[in-house]
Amino acid sequence: MSDVSVAPVAPTGTLRRLMRRKLALFGLAIIAVVLGGAVFAPWIAPYAPDDQLFEGLTLFGEPMPPSGDFLMGTDLLGRDLFSRMLYGAQTSLIIGVVANGIALLIGTLVGVVAGFVRGWVGAVLMRFTDLMMAFPALLLAICLAAIFQPSLWIVAMVIALVNWVQTARVVYTETTSLAEREFIAAERTLGASQTRILFKHILPHLVPTLIVWGTLGISVTVLLEATLSFLGVGVQPPTPSWGNIIFENQTYFQAAPWLVFIPGAAILLLALAFNLVGDALRDVLDPTQRGND
Amino acid sequence: MMTTHTATAPSGATAALLSVRDMTVSVRDRGVVRPLVAGLSFELYPGETLAIAGESGSGKSITSLALMGLLPNNVTVTSGQALLDGVNLPDLPEARMRAWRGAKLAMIFQEPMTSLNPVHTIGSQMTEAIRAHEAVSRGAARSAAIEALRRVRIPEPERRMKQYPHELSGGMRQRVMIAMALALRPALLIADEPTTALDVTVQREVLDLLRELQAETGTAIILITHDMGVVAESADRVVVMRQGRMIESAPVDTLFTAPKQEYTRALLSAVPRLGSGAARAKPLPPTASVPVARLVGAQVHFDIGANFLGRPTHRVHAVEGATLDIQPGETFGLVGESGCGKSTIAKALVGLVPHAGHVEVDGKALGGLTSLGRRQICRDVQMVFQDPMAALDPRMTVGEAVAEPLLIHGIGTAAERHARAADLFARVGLTQDQMTRYPHEFSGGQRQRICVARALALKPKLIICDESVSALDVSVQAQVLDLLEELQAEMGVAYLFISHDMAVVENVVDRLAVMYLGQIVEMGTRDQVFGNPQHSYTRRLLDAVPIPDPQRKRPPQPQRPGDLPSPIWPIGKAPARVHLRDIGDNHLVAQEA
Repeated sequence: MSDVSVAPVAPTGTLRRLMRRKLALFGLAIIAVVLGGAVFAPWIAPYAPDDQLFEGLTLFGEPMPPSGDFLMGTDLLGRDLFSRMLYGAQTSLIIGVVANGIALLIGTLVGVVAGFVRGWVGAVLMRFTDLMMAFPALLLAICLAAIFQPSLWIVAMVIALVNWVQTARVVYTETTSLAEREFIAAERTLGASQTRILFKHILPHLVPTLIVWGTLGISVTVLLEATLSFLGVGVQPPTPSWGNIIFENQTYFQAAPWLVFIPGAAILLLALAFNLVGDALRDVLDPTQRGND
Repeated sequence: MMTTHTATAPSGATAALLSVRDMTVSVRDRGVVRPLVAGLSFELYPGETLAIAGESGSGKSITSLALMGLLPNNVTVTSGQALLDGVNLPDLPEARMRAWRGAKLAMIFQEPMTSLNPVHTIGSQMTEAIRAHEAVSRGAARSAAIEALRRVRIPEPERRMKQYPHELSGGMRQRVMIAMALALRPALLIADEPTTALDVTVQREVLDLLRELQAETGTAIILITHDMGVVAESADRVVVMRQGRMIESAPVDTLFTAPKQEYTRALLSAVPRLGSGAARAKPLPPTASVPVARLVGAQVHFDIGANFLGRPTHRVHAVEGATLDIQPGETFGLVGESGCGKSTIAKALVGLVPHAGHVEVDGKALGGLTSLGRRQICRDVQMVFQDPMAALDPRMTVGEAVAEPLLIHGIGTAAERHARAADLFARVGLTQDQMTRYPHEFSGGQRQRICVARALALKPKLIICDESVSALDVSVQAQVLDLLEELQAEMGVAYLFISHDMAVVENVVDRLAVMYLGQIVEMGTRDQVFGNPQHSYTRRLLDAVPIPDPQRKRPPQPQRPGDLPSPIWPIGKAPARVHLRDIGDNHLVAQEA
């Protein structure tokens, strides 16, 4: 290997080694397509997402299957599904990346502090986490969403607030075992401060776990948003999201399968793409795996 | 013992029990087939002990796993034969091999705690093992198990049957493993480093036991070990291995008196021997007005257990009133068996555990220090741990690791720190271009050099070496010890050298203290303690050290009844403090009842 001597943090080296993995490249490509679609939706979309087209329904008022005019067909109200998928990607990416990212951040912070500081601070934090876990997440989300005026960002925040608990639990367990490791004791004998041990020696070891939880969380949060939308407390119609496209149309699944299949496949592919990239990133960032790619 | 020894010397008359012919074991790694053991041949006769000796990576453990049919999936016997009673073991289908394992050939491992299932009692594990091979009733298997435990001299075998592995001491657990291995009277027993994880006095008892059982049952033993002392004490013949190849094979007396190969000679000369320390005696450093470290009546206690109010019920008296001082530039040894409190003293000195009593470093008391004061102390006392792999952050380059103490204490610019780290690398015998590598890319000895470099970065007055060379191969061990000695001569640093290995300690220390159950029972210069050991525990420790000389076979050591006494006492009770008496020239010995 030519780049063994490259410093571990050098982004070029990491990216280069990431690109060398075929599966990671595949994942990156999907993410790039979805991201491009979301950002350039106004220019790419052939129709407005909430435009109920007269020619979008058959003479009997049924949705149109995919065709040259409507790449992905139309929905029950005669709206172009391809356009709705593009705009829906904006919503789903915000939920899957931002909401999930915030949840991960809160979970990591709570878990690491509780696991490293221990004592009564740790006990209070972890009992609160247990309480949150025992509470039905959906019920909590409905309550929160009902109190605030539903909007995309409120929904993202609500999802973040109910999804951090699992991360906190896992990070807590891992932090407590890391804190017992001998190299942490060695750092203490060198006179290292608590913050230095936490940020230089404990957090880097949590990265693999966080990557796994972060990528798993994407599909969970996208689907939670869909559930909330279905119950009327999520993203409000006519704003499209991949989740509410599925839920709006699920009763017509047999008559118009593309209305469920296409957004479902999109969610699956996006989650898979993040998983593949996350896996590869975990290996690339691990110095003990060097030379295996 | 002597009779079995002569009776089992290889001769053409008796047929070999096991004969390994030109065996090659290879690993397949990413499509590349690489031999781990190449062209190994040896024969083993009934009732004989064959030692396979070698350093880490020599392929000795792979050999034993190949014989047992327990190789990992990507490792296979690629050529050659291993005939046990005329049957080639690698050819045996897994179902037949499973029936043979335990019944015809058995194995005991290094770490008895991990080879016993922690959620089953000793009794259920033993009866299960017996019933897996022999169609006997539960009651018959149970009495066979009790009989097996009695054979390995376990006191109260009926009670042990109901106990779980964690309730037994390490020596008792290894006895249980031996009992399980021998319960079905196998013809061949493979013992892979059976005593490496045990204390030296317990090691002696286990080796004695193996020899007695061999005399009773006539089982042939393959003893896999890195310890030439154990080889000399227990083996009839020796195979020396290195990097997967057999270097030399000879009867034990011949090997030790007239080794043919250069490598064997080097291996033997690297073995630390008791009694060779006096030869390189140097004058004691003068007593300074301010010792680098001083403990006066230091105590470390841990509370354990909890009653229904959440109050602790018992207390571990890990260190109970230790008094000692370490002079600048000297090497002070602290010896004793596991659980005696020697490592706890080290942890108290660097502030990893809270202590009572008086502990001072370079004239400054540790108790009641501010965090700034504690960081100052850190500059004076550094520690080198036993396992360098565990003591280095696996996600940090070793260059960063060595420069880190300087960064923590805000010394110098980034360039200066890098230069200093590079100097330290050169000083411990590593090159500058290795600084960007990660710990896993180094060998054990190199890693320990890195840890030494890190400890030196702050120019401390005292370095605590807590079993720092115990996990290293003997030849590497000798190199690291030489390095420590050179550094001491150069920089005048003092060492607190903690070890369970009396031979190593005798070779490196100026003065030492012997600890037993949290208290110091004997303290003095090396010549005083090794030349004239007064306390019965010191003598027991010295007697137990295996001597790397097969000519000097010792009678079995009388076995201690039951388990070791423990430093755990109910709250409110405390062990009686021993009183040290000066028997001349500061040679302190605890008075015995």
